[in-house]
Amino acid sequence: MHRENSRPAARYGLIAVAVLFLALFLVLPLAAVFGEALSKGATAFGSAVTEPDALAAIRLTLLVAGISVPLNIVFGIAAAWAIAKFDFPGKSLLISFIDLPFSVSPVVAGLIYVLLFGAQGWLGPWLRAHDIEIIFAVPGILLATIFVTFPFVARELIPLMSEQGRDDEEASLSLGASGFQTFWRVTLPNIRWGLLYGVLLCNARAMGEFGAVSVVSGHLRGITNTMPLHVEILYNEYNFVAAFAVASLLALLALVTLVLKSIVEWRFDYHRGGAGH
Amino acid sequence: MSSPLQMPAPGLAAETRGGSRRSQSIIPGFGLTMGLTIAWLSLIVLIPLSTVFIKSAGMGWAEFVAAGLSPRAIAAYKVSFGTAFVAAIINAIFGLVTAWVLVRYQFPGKRIVNALVDLPFALPTAVAGIALTAIYAGNGWVGQYLEPLGIAVAYNPIGITVALIFIGLPFIVRSVEPVLEDMSAEVEEAALSLGARPWQIFFRIILPAILPALLTGFALAFARGVGEYGSVIFIAGNMPFESEIAPLLIVTQLEQYNYAAATAIATVMLVASFAMLLLINLIQAWSRKRMDG
Repeated sequence: MHRENSRPAARYGLIAVAVLFLALFLVLPLAAVFGEALSKGATAFGSAVTEPDALAAIRLTLLVAGISVPLNIVFGIAAAWAIAKFDFPGKSLLISFIDLPFSVSPVVAGLIYVLLFGAQGWLGPWLRAHDIEIIFAVPGILLATIFVTFPFVARELIPLMSEQGRDDEEASLSLGASGFQTFWRVTLPNIRWGLLYGVLLCNARAMGEFGAVSVVSGHLRGITNTMPLHVEILYNEYNFVAAFAVASLLALLALVTLVLKSIVEWRFDYHRGGAGH
Repeated sequence: MSSPLQMPAPGLAAETRGGSRRSQSIIPGFGLTMGLTIAWLSLIVLIPLSTVFIKSAGMGWAEFVAAGLSPRAIAAYKVSFGTAFVAAIINAIFGLVTAWVLVRYQFPGKRIVNALVDLPFALPTAVAGIALTAIYAGNGWVGQYLEPLGIAVAYNPIGITVALIFIGLPFIVRSVEPVLEDMSAEVEEAALSLGARPWQIFFRIILPAILPALLTGFALAFARGVGEYGSVIFIAGNMPFESEIAPLLIVTQLEQYNYAAATAIATVMLVASFAMLLLINLIQAWSRKRMDG
């Protein structure tokens, strides 16, 4: 253990500063969400989260996450397999490209699809002629969500699989297993906690994305409103209790994500292991 | 640096680069996985992103400047970059304290504190935005005590900074943490036994060792803050020239069907974020060189 005994005053002072800072900037907002949601009682809360537009928003959010997360899993595993198990020129550049969506403003992420598929966009006239709606419709919301969640699974798996090397796979293959058998029996068990970790963060972002989705959604109540967009509409209508009620469902999702993520870290000693070091 | 960073740090390159391997491999699937990666990356990220630059290039310089560098746009960049910078500075200080406490000390509830640090990654930005507004508005949880003192947080750049502090905190903590963990306490103990004062130990030993990680975290928090939208717009007030952030100006221009202006502003922001990305990579290359030498 480190020098815990050296300066108790400094230690308690620093712990107090950190805990107070986190309480003010992280715990208080979280408490505010639940406090405001329940400020008019459980009945108001219940009717806010069960009215038809709220249910439509919940359904759309689940649909968008249900499609974008599996797509990102497939892509993330493929990218990590190619990058970690093989050597090729331009590898760092490819990794930088995969990370790119993290450094793009969510609003710009929405804008690029409007420029591509919007009424005035490059493919706009063609899409209109063929009666295909992307912008201000569900496909646009899906595309924007896939863009912002693009790196999560891949960037979790690439360092993990690189570190694990390819000895296990090579042993399996030389013993006569097929490529798919090797992947299912050897690689997947090796990376499962990293994969779960990436999926948790990917899912939280997919369900909670606001900026990118807001640009392409068109905000049609009950049709193209995801839960975060529904929160915004209710809030702008001064319907604060309903806004915070729907927001509290998203806050619950965040808490569940954090708990599961912590379990992966503690139980399976995945990642930095900051807690028990 | 054996454990992978969970954060959006482009430091992955460092970890995959190491170790020379046989170029002949019996592992199958290179063509399939590489093809899938390139195709998906091009369709979702590269081709759509290129539309911004192609549309900008087609505008002509004068039109681009008029739209992308208009007085209102420049005021918005100042608000976005200024508030993101201040928030990243505050996060660098308190994030460093938090990382230090989490790595060096044992205390009850430490696991909860550790999990809580990642809340901004898990909580949707719009939820953070309305919650912070509920706290800091004039009649809010905290705002009602600040208002009699003449301090208004919500609906001005201070509110934007508060939202960006919330958003950026984990970037600093999670960047600095692994480096602090790898640092042995022996050097500090040696310095202490030689009569160094705590502030000397901090500035001469600890800070130089963690500086690259701290700068990386700072740059990540800053870059995220510049582009942030959801948590900011509720608390910002959104007054042009005062509290209007650049991403909001893009949305406003889009809503008025002014695609050229939206694209020009987006181009300026993309160039800024690519510059930040380059800077982060340079910091990490510098850090690697320092570690090796």
